[in-house]
Amino acid sequence: MPVNKEDYLVRFENVQKSYDGEILVVKDLNLNMAKGEFLTMLGPSGSGKTTCLMMLAGFEPATHGEIYLDNVPINRVPPHKRGIGMVFQSYALFPHMTIGENLSFPLEVRKMGKSEREAKVKNALDMVQLGNFADRRPAQLSGGQQQRVAVARSLVFDPDVVLMDEPLGALDKNLREQMQYEIKHIHERLGVTVLYVTHDQSEALTMSDRVAVFDAGVIQQLAPPNILYEEPENAFVADFIGDNNCLHGIVTSETENSCVVKTDDGSQIQANKINIKGVGQPSTLSIRPERVIVNPEPGQVPNIFEAKAAELIYLGDHIRTRMEVCGNDNFYVKIPNSSHHADLNKGDTVKIGWNEYDCRALDAFDN
Amino acid sequence: MTKSETGDLKTADGISLKLSLQRSLRRKKRNALLLVAPLFLFILITFILPIFYMLMKSVDNSITQEILPTAAPLLLKWDPKSGELPDEEVFKAFIIDGKVAAKEKTINRLGKRLNYEKSGTSSLFRKTGRKLRKLDPEKLTTTYQEALIGMDKKWGKLETWQLLHRESGPYTKSYFLSAVDMKQDVDGVTWKAEDSQIYLNLFKRTLWLSFLITFLTVLLGYPIAYLLATLKTSTSNLLIILVLLPFWTSLLVRTSSWIALLQKEGVINDFLFAIGLISNDGRLAMIHNQTGTVVAMTHILLPFMILPLFSVMKTINPSYVRAARSMGADSFTAFRRVYFPNTIAGIGAGGILVFILSIGYYITPALVGGTQGTLISNFIAYHISGSLNWGLAAALGTLLLLLVVALYILYDKIVGIDNMKLG
Repeated sequence: MPVNKEDYLVRFENVQKSYDGEILVVKDLNLNMAKGEFLTMLGPSGSGKTTCLMMLAGFEPATHGEIYLDNVPINRVPPHKRGIGMVFQSYALFPHMTIGENLSFPLEVRKMGKSEREAKVKNALDMVQLGNFADRRPAQLSGGQQQRVAVARSLVFDPDVVLMDEPLGALDKNLREQMQYEIKHIHERLGVTVLYVTHDQSEALTMSDRVAVFDAGVIQQLAPPNILYEEPENAFVADFIGDNNCLHGIVTSETENSCVVKTDDGSQIQANKINIKGVGQPSTLSIRPERVIVNPEPGQVPNIFEAKAAELIYLGDHIRTRMEVCGNDNFYVKIPNSSHHADLNKGDTVKIGWNEYDCRALDAFDN
Repeated sequence: MTKSETGDLKTADGISLKLSLQRSLRRKKRNALLLVAPLFLFILITFILPIFYMLMKSVDNSITQEILPTAAPLLLKWDPKSGELPDEEVFKAFIIDGKVAAKEKTINRLGKRLNYEKSGTSSLFRKTGRKLRKLDPEKLTTTYQEALIGMDKKWGKLETWQLLHRESGPYTKSYFLSAVDMKQDVDGVTWKAEDSQIYLNLFKRTLWLSFLITFLTVLLGYPIAYLLATLKTSTSNLLIILVLLPFWTSLLVRTSSWIALLQKEGVINDFLFAIGLISNDGRLAMIHNQTGTVVAMTHILLPFMILPLFSVMKTINPSYVRAARSMGADSFTAFRRVYFPNTIAGIGAGGILVFILSIGYYITPALVGGTQGTLISNFIAYHISGSLNWGLAAALGTLLLLLVVALYILYDKIVGIDNMKLG
């Protein structure tokens, strides 16, 4: 990561956006993107991520703040002069042109010569393994092929930045996963800077160097995928990324690195102090299902509680078990499919426990 | 399902699968036919048959053989280029047929029919009919020829018989020839005298005005349709109501209001006079001429252009233009290269609709067209209800129909009818 802010390729500085003058869709966005980075904006619909993309592309003006591209403020630069490639969710391939003409379009408007154009179009199509499709029309291609053409078209004029607005949203699951890898590989090969928008967290985790989790117009956390999953900084991120168990309670005591949270049913839980407001304040505890230990040895972990198995869902490699513990009847535990699981039946009472480190005390987000 | 020895598939009961399939589909087909049958009969009786009947009128000439049942076939054997009058036999047959027709008073109808080809024929037949009624063919002292020529000298002229000979067959092409300003005489088909040529110019004017009106509706309708397609739904619905409003107003009211606006003492002239742009003598003639027809018809046909355009533009994904812009096209290039080509289907649909409607438009040109702004349909109406020359009206109508079909085929060849979207 660059040290000076001037070294970043894209910078959002205090950007705000409102459509109606009453509600801020984007509240004070500050975001820096390094050259060659694959950054994903992840969030539920209406969280402001697509608006950010549209502001960078130039289709929506920022209400306040400034966006810099290569240290040039671009608020007043029209979209066609920004030199930013874009892949749309609907692909937006021009139906009246062939695939070759579609790819040639950005080069033609740049007044590039014919032979150079043809070479570039061919290169771009070869890159997505569609070299023989130049003469077809978009309607003759499958969804996945159209998607690849859209990617090739956004890259054919060598833009510095490529924006992708949920480009895989319309594909079925297998194809989506395959395309995730393809886009990732293209990114690695070309070293192009990609700003990617999606609401699919596995997509974000698979592809990105860094993920910005959006909610309510604010970046909740900006971090590499592994940090995001293992060290969520607030309850929204903990709940949004991956499977998560939430326990609500009041902080009763705190030390430098840990605290004790008391839930409504009186259980005292030792937790990793991350983001709390102090003793007496509410907090949300986040525990990943795979970090919960069933039948721990006494003293093995500080938190051991009685739990009742309310529901067992067989998922092949593991048994997803819904348990009632600490007054929460929606507590999931992943039990690996080994010899242990045979011991557990619906309605059984069992001891479960977890480490202090794995139980993160976060803000009082109420889901 | 088993396979029989002959190789065709059988159902579980051993009936041929194909037969069984046919049987099961037959009921479906019958139901479908029953559902469309009432409408089909209605269309057949009220639309297809009358049109067919009218088209036949344009070549129908059965009247001659009906009124002169013996003379007409005999006359057909005569060579009109021989330079001699027909045989005595023909004259005899004509007098005998004519006597019967004169008694039944049908001879005047034939005169009227032949008068379309040559004026004066009607009075010739009336006069001859009067005299034939008094004549007793049995007690003739002269030849039949002399007797007939005695009734009117025109019967001694070759051209009278040439005309009668030409129109003795059951079918005639004279209506179609008239419809394109041509005539037939003994030497063949020639143009009519220049001062009596009207229909070709009328066809030309109809085509030109229809083209102009179509062009104007595209020019005026395209921006409106674009606005409608890009506004948010609640606003665009309101505007669509405004576009549709003319449909709910009587055509006569709309056309008359144009008269009120455009006439010499009308609103627009008064306004221009009031602000001093024109003098009182220089008031513009904007109605009862081509300008009136073009203005009023453009206004009336505009919705037929806007609606197909709107429905096509509505389907154009706004991200097309955005994609073009992101790839470096300025807004004009994005429009020209990406947006406009995708609206051609709408322009085609609206264009062909407006053009075909205006080519056969009647009421508005009749009210505001004066003499210079009338179209072919006004003359068809005139021949139907004024001159009662139905044959010519039918011929003009047939030509108009053929013209429309030809344009449709041309459109299909150039744009492709499958690309047309009406909604």
